[in-house]
Amino acid sequence: MIKVNGIDIEADGTVFAGKTVAEYLSTTNYDCKRIAIEKNGEIVPKAKYGETLLAEGDSLEVVSFVGGG
Amino acid sequence: MSAGCESSAAGELRTPSREEMLAALVERQGAENVQKLQAATVAICGLGGLGSNVAIALARAGVGKLILIDFDCVDVTNLHRQQYKASQVGVAKAVALPENLREIAPYIELESHQVRITEENVMELVGKADIVVEAFDNAEAKAMLVNAVLEHNAEVASAMASGEDCASPSAGRGCANPFAGNDCAVDQKFLVAASGMAGFGDANSIQTRRVSRKFYMCGDGVSDVNDGVGLVAPRVMACAAHEAQTVVRIICGLEPK
Repeated sequence: MIKVNGIDIEADGTVFAGKTVAEYLSTTNYDCKRIAIEKNGEIVPKAKYGETLLAEGDSLEVVSFVGGG
Repeated sequence: MSAGCESSAAGELRTPSREEMLAALVERQGAENVQKLQAATVAICGLGGLGSNVAIALARAGVGKLILIDFDCVDVTNLHRQQYKASQVGVAKAVALPENLREIAPYIELESHQVRITEENVMELVGKADIVVEAFDNAEAKAMLVNAVLEHNAEVASAMASGEDCASPSAGRGCANPFAGNDCAVDQKFLVAASGMAGFGDANSIQTRRVSRKFYMCGDGVSDVNDGVGLVAPRVMACAAHEAQTVVRIICGLEPK
């Protein structure tokens, strides 16, 4: 199981293990310029989305920002 | 109207001394907490609806030093929610906010920068702070700051893991930080950010969430100013208050290490 914000993203049978963070993001509506991602509590640097592999048991936190302040 | 207010009745307005103000704070917040607050440095990135309110709350709470950063000037469209006066329209926020803060808390130490925060200059600007408050209005700027600070923390962590002694001169500021715990990670910043506070929604939907060890998010997460709902002063202030209270709790050692 791989979780994003507490939800199992492989629940529908899609396999993300072995894919990159960037490949996962391409299946979502997240705007890459407005997010920060932590994997297992550690920041994933923006420059490494394309090379950071997801593995069984990973837990991602995708924090997305909206405007206003 | 004649009751109370002795000094004004006598025609003598006097600013309280540093000692008087500290004593009043100690009476309300406790000596230990006031000592920790006085020793803290907090960087506030963006001095708009969030940042100006966060700054005033932290100055009143007795934070010793604020680093204030904003490139912009006070505009008439800011006055409905930001802590500036009509007479300050056209003045740089990095100039106007210190003026207002000094009227409220004359003994606070302030460092002010009228500059746009970028990936390149951010860590230099916030370098001396224990806690960084993200208080921008632009979503991409928010994400940039959060990524930069968290990536900095990861670099510090990996330098520590590879054996750099925290007591070494290269580590810089030593381990005197009262709320850094015993991990000597004083150059890792706490980060308090905000997202989602636009509109007329219920103030109770504004929340604080601890995302990871040193990273907190305030707001409802979804109310985007670009969805056509404006920013409404009390709701922005509620979110700013969440950020400021989180900062106070971190400094006073009330958040998990």
